[in-house]
Amino acid sequence: MASARISARDLAQIAVFAALIAALTLPGAIPTGALGLPITLQTLGVLLAGAIIGPKKGTLAVVVYVALGAIGLPIYAGGTGGLGILFGPTGGFLFGFILCAFVVGWLTARLLPRYPFWPALGLTAVGGILSVYLIGIPWLAVTTGTPIGAVALGMVAFLPGDLIKVLVTVSVAKAVHRAWPGLITPRPWGRRRDGSSTDATTAAVDA
Amino acid sequence: MNGFYHPGRSLLHRMPAVAKLLTLIVTVTVVAFLRSPEALGIALAVTTLLFVVAGIPPRLALRAVGPVFWVLLIAVPLNGWLVGWDSAVIMALRVVTVVALAGLFTLTTTVSAVLGAVETLLRPLPRVDADRVGLLLALTIRAIPLLSEIVGSVFEARRARGVDRSLRAIAVPVIVRSLQSADELGDALIARGVDD
Repeated sequence: MASARISARDLAQIAVFAALIAALTLPGAIPTGALGLPITLQTLGVLLAGAIIGPKKGTLAVVVYVALGAIGLPIYAGGTGGLGILFGPTGGFLFGFILCAFVVGWLTARLLPRYPFWPALGLTAVGGILSVYLIGIPWLAVTTGTPIGAVALGMVAFLPGDLIKVLVTVSVAKAVHRAWPGLITPRPWGRRRDGSSTDATTAAVDA
Repeated sequence: MNGFYHPGRSLLHRMPAVAKLLTLIVTVTVVAFLRSPEALGIALAVTTLLFVVAGIPPRLALRAVGPVFWVLLIAVPLNGWLVGWDSAVIMALRVVTVVALAGLFTLTTTVSAVLGAVETLLRPLPRVDADRVGLLLALTIRAIPLLSEIVGSVFEARRARGVDRSLRAIAVPVIVRSLQSADELGDALIARGVDD
């Protein structure tokens, strides 16, 4: 039980990033785009949560953000909130955000400590954007009875904005991880956890 | 932050939050499986009646379902054209009813009552520390105004200098100040014995 407990420092980071997603969603929401989805900096907050504090804390931050919106705080896009939005036609995107933070965080842990710019950009773009739409598009299609192809086509309008947010996320993550190491435990590709001393310390820090 | 709560003394306001949440889940599930427009029409009429019972002003009731109208405005014609108008009507009735029911829960329950209900429902779960979850949610609610201030002041500073209008020039200071706030918050939590 004790090992399942989250430390006070992690708790603070999760709370601050959950609040950051809410703060980035609130200003300048433009209710426009296909199917009336508002364009905000919400996705930027979600991408940053994964890329800055990693898969575990980042995912929990998005879960907390989604949960507080569901409880009734007006922190969803367009100043909305409540269970009606979470289980409404656009609720799939909120669940997609949770997957997005996990995927981006997982990939970031594999790219660190070097975090090469172009691979980071490519992986974050594919992993981050796909995971949001993987849940959001079928959800919207099923709840509104609209053919999935038509919904997917409507999402094309959001791609340029999504790509800009990924670009910002990766360049910010590169700067922050260089200046502030230790936010995410690096887990490089192809390094096997065979009980060698360095891996043992990594595992201990992570636990 | 008080959310969308509308104060009142109706039956729905006085119902315990846990019971209300469980009732909502059951009702929404039933509505999701209704197939005939007549049954859905009755469900929507009952929901409307519940808004009257709860004493919710029509303006607030419309705001609760407002966000889905934008979606329906496009989805209904698209559905009617591609699938058929029967299906479009059923879909619209179902979406409005579900969203209105959930909105009714939000309008008649305070945020702190829902937080309490969440903790109560999490308590029996193994491996979940309900008190920590409650602390985390409460911490986040307190942190939202702080983070809004950070985001707002960074936006303002950039605008005042008029130098760099790129999103990156805003995001880097926002993240640095967020991490500093998280460090301070972590220190404060440790000082109060949260890790003991």
